[in-house]
Amino acid sequence: MRFHPDQTPDPDTILVFERSQSVRPSRLLDPSDVPAVDLTHYYGPAARRQPAGIPDLAEPEVVRHYTALSRKNFGVDSGPYPLGSCTMKYNPKVHETLASLPGFAGAHPLQGDAASQGSLELMARLEAQLCAICGVDRFTFQPSAGAHGEWTGLLMIKAYHESRGEHQRNVMLVPDSAHGTNPASAAMVGYEVRQISSGPDGMVDLSALEAALDDRCAGLMLTNPNTLGLFEKNITRIAELVHNAGGQLYYDGANINAILMQARPGDMGFDVVHLNLHKTFSTPHGGGGPGSGPVGVKSHLIPFLPVPIVAQTAAGSYFLDYNRPQTIGRVRSFHGSFGILVRAYAYILANGAAGLREVSEAAVANANYLLARLREAYDLPFDQPCLHEFVLSGTRQKALGCSTMDIAKRLIDYGYHPPTVYFPLIVKEAMMVEPTETETREGLEGLVEALLAIAREVETQPDLLHDAPHHTPISRPDELKAAKDPILSR
Amino acid sequence: MSGFVPILPQERQQMLAAVGISHPESLFDPIPPEVRWPGGDTDPYTAPAQSEMTVIRELKALADKNASTASHACFLGAGAYDHYIPAAVDHIVSRQEFLTAYTPYQPEISQGTLQAIFEFQSFICRLTGLPIANSSMYDGASAAAEALLMTIRQTGRSKVFLAGAIHPDTRAVVRTYLEAQNFIVEETPWPSAVLIWPADLSGYAGVLVQNPDFFGRVHDLASLVAAAHTAGALAVASSDPISLALLQPPGELGFDIAVGEAQVLGNSLSFGGPFVGYLAARESLLRKMPGRIAGETVDRAGRRSFVLTIQAREQHIRREKATSNICTSQALCALKATISLALLGGSGLFEMAAQSAAKAVYLQQQLVATGLFDAMDSQPVFREFAVRLAGDAQASAESTLARLNAFLLAKGLIGGLDLGTVHSSLAGCWLLAVTEKRTRAEIDHLVAAVHDFFARAGKEASV
Amino acid sequence: MSNIPQELRYAKTHEWVQLTGNLIRVGITDHAQCELGDLVFAEAKPAGTPVKPGQVIGSVESVKTASDLYSPADGVIAASNASLADQPEQINTDPYASWFVEIELAAADWPAGLMTAAEYKTFIGE
Repeated sequence: MRFHPDQTPDPDTILVFERSQSVRPSRLLDPSDVPAVDLTHYYGPAARRQPAGIPDLAEPEVVRHYTALSRKNFGVDSGPYPLGSCTMKYNPKVHETLASLPGFAGAHPLQGDAASQGSLELMARLEAQLCAICGVDRFTFQPSAGAHGEWTGLLMIKAYHESRGEHQRNVMLVPDSAHGTNPASAAMVGYEVRQISSGPDGMVDLSALEAALDDRCAGLMLTNPNTLGLFEKNITRIAELVHNAGGQLYYDGANINAILMQARPGDMGFDVVHLNLHKTFSTPHGGGGPGSGPVGVKSHLIPFLPVPIVAQTAAGSYFLDYNRPQTIGRVRSFHGSFGILVRAYAYILANGAAGLREVSEAAVANANYLLARLREAYDLPFDQPCLHEFVLSGTRQKALGCSTMDIAKRLIDYGYHPPTVYFPLIVKEAMMVEPTETETREGLEGLVEALLAIAREVETQPDLLHDAPHHTPISRPDELKAAKDPILSR
Repeated sequence: MSGFVPILPQERQQMLAAVGISHPESLFDPIPPEVRWPGGDTDPYTAPAQSEMTVIRELKALADKNASTASHACFLGAGAYDHYIPAAVDHIVSRQEFLTAYTPYQPEISQGTLQAIFEFQSFICRLTGLPIANSSMYDGASAAAEALLMTIRQTGRSKVFLAGAIHPDTRAVVRTYLEAQNFIVEETPWPSAVLIWPADLSGYAGVLVQNPDFFGRVHDLASLVAAAHTAGALAVASSDPISLALLQPPGELGFDIAVGEAQVLGNSLSFGGPFVGYLAARESLLRKMPGRIAGETVDRAGRRSFVLTIQAREQHIRREKATSNICTSQALCALKATISLALLGGSGLFEMAAQSAAKAVYLQQQLVATGLFDAMDSQPVFREFAVRLAGDAQASAESTLARLNAFLLAKGLIGGLDLGTVHSSLAGCWLLAVTEKRTRAEIDHLVAAVHDFFARAGKEASV
Repeated sequence: MSNIPQELRYAKTHEWVQLTGNLIRVGITDHAQCELGDLVFAEAKPAGTPVKPGQVIGSVESVKTASDLYSPADGVIAASNASLADQPEQINTDPYASWFVEIELAAADWPAGLMTAAEYKTFIGE
């Protein structure tokens, strides 16, 4: 059951450029059947003079090369992957089949509304599903990732305030527990970021919030449950405070897996919501994307949505509506990551309401089970039941000479992907654990046993952690050297 | 019931009871009761679950309502192109270790992803002639926007210039990014027949040019780069990666930054996304560069290793002072591009590019030879060109191309872009793309169908 | 226990300041370099740059963190230490010899708001 990445030591990691090259040209393409063009003559001074240095390789060699690379990777299908805040749930394989249906994969974004009714209808239906699930009135699918969605949502908030003549609102409030993309996105919208401290209970400090709210505030960005996995139970009061001060409330949907079908951000008072389809809605993480970060809005923000939006004629056919005078503009080319939308739509269809409800129930159950089993061995800075994820602190182990990094590396030896480490910043030696609802019983028990064993090793054989991991192709790469003398291509 | 949750409710109940949680529903108590959904028919969302068979059937029915490259020969480009994707690409990327992994935060169990990113970066550097590249951007348009933000960070100036015919989506995205931070975007009056720029570029942080441009035209960019540098501005090129098999790379021409859309390598059209942008630059701009970057190093045993590096400028560390907010990018799409390049090889890439060039020229000549269209200008083109309705056909320009495209659709052809939808002064202009996938028979079929359309229209008009 | 030379003054943002006539030299303290860890990158703004209090005059980067340096005073950068870029690790080994910039002040006096060595020691909790 336990995954071990390819254990063959590979001292000479060969790049694809370093493999022996073929003299046989590729025979992937048909020969041309039109008159050739004398390219040097045709392009004149713009013509390339030296070849680009792309190697020619035989297909078996290329396939072996990338297969070997894949075997050095750990994926969700390899074993438990409790990376907090990333919701590493199972990626249904049927989605890959559906996204590559020729009608979807081969549709050109500009081929016209009449030729694209299938895609447009899917987008309209997905939008309706997400509006119902989140409690908002419209969605845009243009943003390509969560951070991109944050930035888009904040742009709409900015446009909203400006449309009402409130140009002085140039401050965005962000909790100190927030993901780094939150303040980064706010800065990219030209906002000054004002940090709100968390109280001793790990939640937004209401008096700090009240003190920070003034007529310069554009709004507050909130993740709920927050990055500690705790539900901001004062959310109704928070929404009231922000709205009374004339601000807008922004929902970072990274953690919505915890409350799917239990509650809706729209009902809690959020004006703008972004989702991470590659987290909550099971689209694959791909090693770092492609994701999709749709943004949902309440009706007062609809005029500012990125252009175009999907609309429907009276006769019932779908079209892309470019006539949006108050739009914030485009945030990316074409219409968004449609291939990702296909997967999310299929996921929601397959689950239905009851299935999605079970997602949050099981996610929360699994996390609380792990929390209860691990709390004896590891510090729990916020001692209360969590939702879908929780944060442990390795301070006890640090005092004995083993850091959270050491614990993470040792967990790799046991065949598990480590949790998120050193985030959120408000917890020292943080380990953020999110099992998700798709974790098996076997996986949960194995993860618990491993972490408990490691806690014992900290006391009895700490060097096992210091030298970990022992069974991977490489161990403890020199990140200092990589930053000081960067080699970024060959 | 969710088909993907392995532990049944009863077992969950037992597990929680064993650790002292006898009422699991109480875990949701922090949610204020007034916003809580009770579950059941009164909930805002009540759709039933569907079997996998039904989901497939429903999605297939939707897909069947689309025209696609499977059913039609595609002559439409305008930023998204129907190039050949080697069959092995999808097989390799669908390996779960690539598909289901996330950002390589733990390098020891992510060497596959990290080395693949390093290879992508290396391929981009080889194609562009610039020494450093990042792991990808969302698309070519946002890559251009982020590149221009780099020029602003580097020079301290606050305005940029967009020179020539740049893709409308790129121009729009650049404006959204830059104007959000009160930077100024100026551009050549659109649409530009000639690649022109202000005589005095001082005061500009950067100049962006697209080559081949939105109309497929290839320009000699040396004087633009010189003008930018004389004025202390940075020069940014938006270049199609396949075109770089035939054209002088931006690095050789003195550009400071190169960006572009790499969908053309290994990624299907997919109704516009997911796509993948690239960004490459000269070495001195390393710390101004957004996005993740993989670097080579050694591990404790001296083994060659790959890690994410220069992370100190990224959002998770610098927060509001970060170079960008980008976190997840387009890793799997970049992997498809990488594998596609490896399978095509330099010779296959050259062949792909050469055929795209030759077939576009062939179609351009054939269309002009019908007398129904004039060439828009005489510059060399790559893979794409614009023609203008000639003479009488121009008379009812507004709807002619729309009707022509509808006519072609019924004949199994996806026609070019009606440029009147992009700008009113371009009514009657048609932008067509031809890749190596188009056969001579398909091209001739298009020309014959065009001829047919106007013959019928002529007959109708004269009745 | 970090090294805090008596003859220097200190900013809340962990810069040290040395006054000679109407020139000050600015760098980062021993405490700061220790917190940052092994430095991989350092840069200082060029000579000729006018500065105001709180304006960024340079930056440092380690593998895991990055930090800006802030000017303690009004003035103009008279000199910039070019050797930092090639050898950022010298800041770790000898932070008080590794100056970033020399700033020419309007008056030959300590800028306002700086702490003495004893005050800085208390400030960093040692």
